[in-house]
This record gives sequence, structure tokens and C-alpha cells, in this order.
Amino acid sequence: MKLRTWMTWAAIVLLTVLPLWFASAPPAEPGAEAPAMFGGADERAQQAIGTVAPDYTPWFAPVFEPASGEIASLLFALQAAIGAGVIGYWLGMSVARERARREAAPSESHAD
Amino acid sequence: MHIMEGFLPPAHALGWAAASLPFLAFGLHSVKRSLQAHPERRMLLGVAAAFAFLLSALKLPSVTGSCSHPTGVGFGALLFGPAAMVPVGFVVLLFQALLLAHGGLTTLGANVFSMAIVGPFVAYGVFRATAGLNASRSVSVFLAACLGDLATYVVTSVQLAWAFPDAVGGFTASFIKFAGIFGLTQVPIAISEGLLTVLVVNAMARFNAHELRALPVMLAGRKA
Repeated sequence: MKLRTWMTWAAIVLLTVLPLWFASAPPAEPGAEAPAMFGGADERAQQAIGTVAPDYTPWFAPVFEPASGEIASLLFALQAAIGAGVIGYWLGMSVARERARREAAPSESHAD
Repeated sequence: MHIMEGFLPPAHALGWAAASLPFLAFGLHSVKRSLQAHPERRMLLGVAAAFAFLLSALKLPSVTGSCSHPTGVGFGALLFGPAAMVPVGFVVLLFQALLLAHGGLTTLGANVFSMAIVGPFVAYGVFRATAGLNASRSVSVFLAACLGDLATYVVTSVQLAWAFPDAVGGFTASFIKFAGIFGLTQVPIAISEGLLTVLVVNAMARFNAHELRALPVMLAGRKA
């Protein structure tokens, strides 16, 4: 892999990992409990709605809710795994096909 | 992070659904036409959908002390055009609303509008604009995916501010509040998505140059 590719990967990892140390706790809404560190942004939005429109009550509940945080993370992991699996299959196929093409016609191969 | 189930008043929920429906119909039509003309692109469309599936399952920590996730729809918009990503984003959002209690059925219209319509269209527009300025492909792809991601959450903030204007400051005060939550949290995540999309597009250009020749992402801009 080229140096620039490695640097890009490093930047992505740093952008994801550094907030774990450098983020400050999210500010609490007046009258509400301080939100959990690294909770969902949608949870904070929910609290914000609570302060802007205290009388609002949600009029519809999710049809199915994962039985626990563990089950929810299972389903999210499953979603990611399906996506990653399809991408991995296709990427592996592309690399193999490109290699086969180069081996079949070495004179036509182009270096890049 | 999408608008939670039941957290838009019925009139807003219905309005956003009505706004999204024509885009969804047009998107389906566009995907069908594209696959009829190029059946060999079916696999690639699956990959674009898989990318959105994967990225929107990853809740990443951000500088605001909250977590949010990228959307992954910019990538597909660059390959197939923005309309094709409307049904793809719709499927991802429906999956999460039904099985994960993330987002919701009543807020599906609003969430489709932000993630599956505005996101891809902004990404595609930014790509065309920057490629037109003769920026390198990497720069165009980065800006497109990054700004498309960010635009999604700006729209989410607008939707919430519209539904819940502040008693004193009205829409503006409320928008600043929601943008401070959704938008700010999204900034580093959008940058990550932009960088990742560049890596994927570069890998594709290297190994799938033949398959990609006629796709928008390879047509515009100079190489590299």
C-alpha cells in the first residue's frame, strides 16, 4: 500500500479514537440529568426536545425493541457484518480477477 | 442518529413522508432503468448498499462526548447518481426502525428525506462542482462524502427545530440547539467518512477500472 493510503487509515483511526480522551462531558439540559458520556446524539436530542417543548409526549412507540443493550449491539453487529461481508466478497473477487487478467496477458498489464 | 420514533408531531411526520415519497418512486424507477441497461452493475449496487449498511451500523465517539454514525450514502451517490440511493437509504432506515428501534416508522419520512435524499444529492452536487473546478478525484470524493454526511444532520436539526421551535428564540434558537447536538457531533465522523470513501474509491479504480468506466465518479475530474 502506498504511504498516503496508510496515512489516511491512520487519520480515520485517530479521528475515532482521540475523542475518547479529549471529549468533555456533554452539557446537561437545564432540569434534566446529565447525559451519559458517549451516549447517542439522538438521546441528547430527546432531552433537548424535553426542555424546548416540555408538554410533548411521543405518540408512537417502536414496534419492536431489542430486549436489552446486548441484543441491540448484536443486531447492530449483524448489520455491520452483512455489509462488510458483501464488500469483502466483492473486493476479493475484484483483486483475484485483476490478477488473473494480468497473468493471462502480461504484456497488456499496466503498472499502477 | 435519526429522529426517534414518535418524536415528530403527526402533521410533520406526514408532511415529510409526503415530501419523500416522490423521490422514492423516482429513485426506484431510476435504479430499475439503470439495471436494465447495465445488468452487470447489479453487484456494484449491492456493494453500495452494503457500504451504507455497514457505515450506518457503526456508532462512533465524537468530540462532543456523544456518539453518532456515518451514513455511507455518499459513496453510492457517486457511483450511481443520487436518485439510486433513495431506495437504498430507505431500506437501511426501515431495517433500523423495525429491528433496532433506531429511528422510527413515524419518523421514517423525515429520516429518508435527510439521509437518503439530501445526503446523496448534496454529495453528488459537491462532487460535480469540485470535479468541475478540476480538483483531483480524491479531493472531490472526500468533499462529496464528507459534506453529504454533514448535510444529512443539518437537515435533521432543521426538521427538529421546525417541529419544536424555542419558546423565546423561535426556530433559530432551537436550530442552534439541535445543530449543536447533531451537527457538531457529526463533524469528525463526516471527515472519517470522507476519508474512508476516498480509500474505497481508489481501491475500486485500481481493481475495477473496466467496470467503472461509465460511472459518474470516473467520468468527472482528472485522475489520481
